[in-house]
Amino acid sequence: MKAAVVVFPGSNRERDMAHALRLVSGREPAMVWHGERDLPAGTDLVVLPGGFSYGDYLRCGAIAAHAPIMEAVRIHARKGGLVMGVCNGFQILCEAELLPGILLRNASVKFLCRDVHLKIERSDTPFTRGYNAGQVIRVPVAHGEGNYFASEGTIGRLEAEGRVLFRYTDAEGKRDPKWNVNGATNAIAGVLNEKLNVLGLMPHPENHVENAVGCTDGRGLFAGLVAHFAQAA
Amino acid sequence: MKARVTVTLKNGVLDPQGKAIEGALKSLGVAGIASVRQGKVFDIELEGGDAARAETTLREAAEKLLANTVIENFRVEMTPAGAPAEPAAS
Repeated sequence: MKAAVVVFPGSNRERDMAHALRLVSGREPAMVWHGERDLPAGTDLVVLPGGFSYGDYLRCGAIAAHAPIMEAVRIHARKGGLVMGVCNGFQILCEAELLPGILLRNASVKFLCRDVHLKIERSDTPFTRGYNAGQVIRVPVAHGEGNYFASEGTIGRLEAEGRVLFRYTDAEGKRDPKWNVNGATNAIAGVLNEKLNVLGLMPHPENHVENAVGCTDGRGLFAGLVAHFAQAA
Repeated sequence: MKARVTVTLKNGVLDPQGKAIEGALKSLGVAGIASVRQGKVFDIELEGGDAARAETTLREAAEKLLANTVIENFRVEMTPAGAPAEPAAS
């Protein structure tokens, strides 16, 4: 799997992401500066990492969404290439209209830095084939704007088309306002585009890939991606 | 030529920041405030003197970047010629 991690001014999770990709795939990802106009030839997966691109000026991800590299990301997505945005990367994908909706300020108005439980809604996507549908994983969140919002029509469409991939739940996969940490509509933590090749999620699976941090629940996402490309090859 | 673009949250969109400000005003003892919704104001200077063209430019700016129309509305106002750039401080 050839991965490219896009680095924006203000990204700060790109090295965590690169570490997870390297650890699980055994291959060094390319780090691509936002001012570039092309992705490395043969890129399979583009990752937009977490952070505070452009200091979250205007709206989170709004400026980064128009960075020079984003045209190449758009073309990659249009051709069916995989794109994954985590945290600020999710916000950027929404602002770039590669994903519907927007991430609003957390309902609590507080920055959240904690572990959450996520229910995997389906396993038949390249991003979740390393898990079972209905499985619950524990991963960290660290964000101030993760409250997913979209028009009623859009939410209805996302749900009907099975495009909600991750939801905030308790450890057993039960939904409850108490576990919907940021107040997201329908406890949505991650969504897919129509073609299921672009994913945005607020939590950080890249931070739970090693025993040293006490949890490896995030590993399945990367292992699944590696398996996806191994099968495609 | 000068103009102002005002971006406001659509009705029904939760505004936790506005709510927090509302709460802070109450705790400061500022009486009589029913509710607060937070928005953004952009003061923009334009090249040239064609008002119609300026308005088109500003609408494009608002749609492409200044506002996210999933959650926000925007309003474009041209500052009349000769008007002070900033409201006079009292």
